[in-house]
Amino acid sequence: MTSVLDVQNLQVSYRSREVRPRPVLSGVSFDLGPGEVLGVLGESGSGKSTLAASVLRLLPPNGHIGSGAVFFEGKNLFQATSEELRQIRGARIALIFQEPSLALHPTIRVGEQVRQVLAAHQSAAKSALNERTREIFAQLFPQDSSRILRSYPHQLSGGQRQRALIAQAIACNPAIVIADEPTAALDPVTQMEILAIFRSLRETLGLAMIFITHNPALLSGFADRILVLYAGQVVEWGPAETVLRAPKHPYTKALFESLPAISVENEKSRKNQLPVIPGNSSPSSLPRKGCSFEPRCPWRMDLCTEFEPALVNLGGTHVVSCFKYKD
Amino acid sequence: MEPVLKVENLVKRYAKRTLVGPPQDFLALDGVSFAVSSRSTLAIVGESGSGKSTLASCIACLEAPTSGNIWFEGRNLAHSAESELRKTRPQIQLIFPDPASSLNSCWSILEIVAEPLALQGKLGRKERELLACSLLERVGLSAEIAARPASGLSGGQRQRLAIARALTLDPKILILDEALSSLDCSTQAQIANLLLELQDTLGMTFLFITHDLTMAAHLADEIAVMSAGRIVEHGPTADVLRNPSHEATRQLLAAVPQLPRSSWPAIQQ
Amino acid sequence: MMRYLLRRLAHALLLILGVSVLAFLFAALAPGNYFDEMRLNPQIAPETLTALRVQYELDRPLPLRYASWVNSVLHGQMGFSFAYNSPVAPLLLVRAKNTLLLTVTATLLAWAIALPLGVWSAERLGLLPDRVISWGTATLLVIPDLALALGLLVLAVRTHRFPTGGMVSLDSQSLSAAGKIRDLAAHMALPVAALVLSSLPLLVRHVRAAVAEVLQAPFLLAAEGHGIPRLTLLFRYALLAAANPLLSLFGFSIGALLSGSLLIEVVMSWPGLGPFLLEAILARDIYVVIGGVLFSTIFLAAGNFLADMFLYWLDPRIRAESAPR
Repeated sequence: MTSVLDVQNLQVSYRSREVRPRPVLSGVSFDLGPGEVLGVLGESGSGKSTLAASVLRLLPPNGHIGSGAVFFEGKNLFQATSEELRQIRGARIALIFQEPSLALHPTIRVGEQVRQVLAAHQSAAKSALNERTREIFAQLFPQDSSRILRSYPHQLSGGQRQRALIAQAIACNPAIVIADEPTAALDPVTQMEILAIFRSLRETLGLAMIFITHNPALLSGFADRILVLYAGQVVEWGPAETVLRAPKHPYTKALFESLPAISVENEKSRKNQLPVIPGNSSPSSLPRKGCSFEPRCPWRMDLCTEFEPALVNLGGTHVVSCFKYKD
Repeated sequence: MEPVLKVENLVKRYAKRTLVGPPQDFLALDGVSFAVSSRSTLAIVGESGSGKSTLASCIACLEAPTSGNIWFEGRNLAHSAESELRKTRPQIQLIFPDPASSLNSCWSILEIVAEPLALQGKLGRKERELLACSLLERVGLSAEIAARPASGLSGGQRQRLAIARALTLDPKILILDEALSSLDCSTQAQIANLLLELQDTLGMTFLFITHDLTMAAHLADEIAVMSAGRIVEHGPTADVLRNPSHEATRQLLAAVPQLPRSSWPAIQQ
Repeated sequence: MMRYLLRRLAHALLLILGVSVLAFLFAALAPGNYFDEMRLNPQIAPETLTALRVQYELDRPLPLRYASWVNSVLHGQMGFSFAYNSPVAPLLLVRAKNTLLLTVTATLLAWAIALPLGVWSAERLGLLPDRVISWGTATLLVIPDLALALGLLVLAVRTHRFPTGGMVSLDSQSLSAAGKIRDLAAHMALPVAALVLSSLPLLVRHVRAAVAEVLQAPFLLAAEGHGIPRLTLLFRYALLAAANPLLSLFGFSIGALLSGSLLIEVVMSWPGLGPFLLEAILARDIYVVIGGVLFSTIFLAAGNFLADMFLYWLDPRIRAESAPR
């Protein structure tokens, strides 16, 4: 099965006053099969948003792609011309940014903003574009779609804005949708609605998705595979059920254990200290040599301070980057 | 035991006046009543628009309720004069959801923590700095970074700073209005631990307003569910989770994303 | 919508009224009057002067004079000019037309240059082209308008390609229609150039600042992520979002249409409102002065009003704020 997206050895850093700035992403490699949902699990500072932006080369001016390649439908996006890239963005690969209230133009009606995406990639007549826009809105807004079409972003609720962003993303029937924390600003009930929309879109359109989040519980029952990012590196990558039920990397394990769970049987653990991961992953506290997680790792070994672990295959498609699992 | 905070029939109405036609009112709080015991945590959960933040502002004396009573330390805050409220406000502190905008990022960390002390004017400068530094250590920020500007802090560090600032006034009640919602999962756990520790050592009472039922279940002794300006369910955490009686509670429970931990049974609904 | 319009209109009218009172007050309170010059002339008897003053109502109390002036305005005459012995309004209108010919052309030209230049500069913020433009605009800002005008005149004299003043050539009556237009254009070239050069730097800097701020916004990056073509991004998305401060500036440009060119007109002998008003001020022809000030104020108020209307139309958030609650 050929993959629809193939990221190889991606390295990205931001230019700063330091002589050798620490890379925000290093050695990131993964691939995405057609119709697959990849959950990218990462906290702030893990480089997840940079990953999303890098695929489409949407980095800010001080962002610098050091090395690596991103193959889409056989073509290396890093070698594409800017016109080729423009034609892929929004039409073949769509990116849904964080913060729906900021990602929409404040003074253009949302229907028009979706129509603009269509107009940028299809040279159909205006009436055809309008018809297609109405179709998309009817799909995403079962009630009230014509009113929402004519509304401005500030007249919509958080959940409605998120749906408008989704409308923009699927307008041209892309092969891949990359969603960066699409439910972060929403309350749980709206969160569930948005996840349901993504599920149904995946079934009806056969989309492949990269779903970026910091909350592993959202990926349960939704993602096919999960990729865990820490400090810009892939620390674990494998089938979702396996990673969620039996995580192998110390970071993933510690992360899951630190989360509280609703359970009436777990009353004893209420109001007890959660087993948190000590320290933080801010750039200043990351070691310059060896494994990035080593300072916070409960299973650290001397080896970990000297060398960076390589990805080890644990059988099937599950890989981990940790010295505990050497073949 | 006498509750530390008692709210009776709180109503908050926002009037929208038009030049012609009847005024359209928006009822944010429609008769809210509850009591909180000392040294405990009450979680107030609900969807957006249920009135949680309005409740927080009223209790923190930032807004005056339209009617109803708020009993705190023998005083009715809903009917107190401004001069009395000024004395009471330090005792009830509010932590906001967005750490970025509730702190002035041009100031240094020390200045931010010491600001309430400076405004009160009771302590000299050296004493203020000492107290501020000790509070920073208390919340897990090392005093070394005290001179740095607040703009370089992460989300979790900013919330710690906000908590430190609130602690300078020695409050009895801390209202956390979605204070953890914008943080990463592991940072949420760290701040949750800090809050539990502060409750143990300082004997504080927490009002934890959130739409995250998981964290509420972990931190709270009692849960109150709000919907459309009213409290529709209120009881000990275990009871509310085991036997939710109101539709709003059931909806919230159903919307909680769960990890498939094999040793953890599903919620009984 | 109507309420917003009416509110803004009421503001404008109040402004005009207030300025008229103040202008009247200052003009009347300024020492001297038109007939003082004549006092120096021994051939005119003091009784004649007194009689003249009574005839022109200069001895009546101020509020009554104001009331009769307002009456005159409402009848379309705007007071009486002593020097020209005619109602003020037709005199001002002729001159105002000439001024507007100059300033409308200059304003349209200035904006037509400033918008693309500012956008282009904002896109390349901090890079060499942007810095060159910043230096250029800073230099232009520093040079006083007078120096610019005189410099252009020197250019005209040296190159013999442009007329050095006036609006039409002496023999313009004998020219064909096309010839008349060419002649007018040749005379307009220098004053328009001076006006454009003096107003361009401020406009370019404002456009650049407003657009640069918008270019950082997440929604623009999101639009780029959707493959919106570059020109649409810049001129539809960015400029629209930057409209707020720019429209206010545009309103100000309209407001200055009658008042911004006084100096240039005087230096280049353009028969517009400027030299006319200057003359009137020096001669204490007070109703002309007050009429001129009123004219300018009307333009200023109209300019602001137009800007507010545009903004109301373009920015839905303002509509939401001002809607009846």
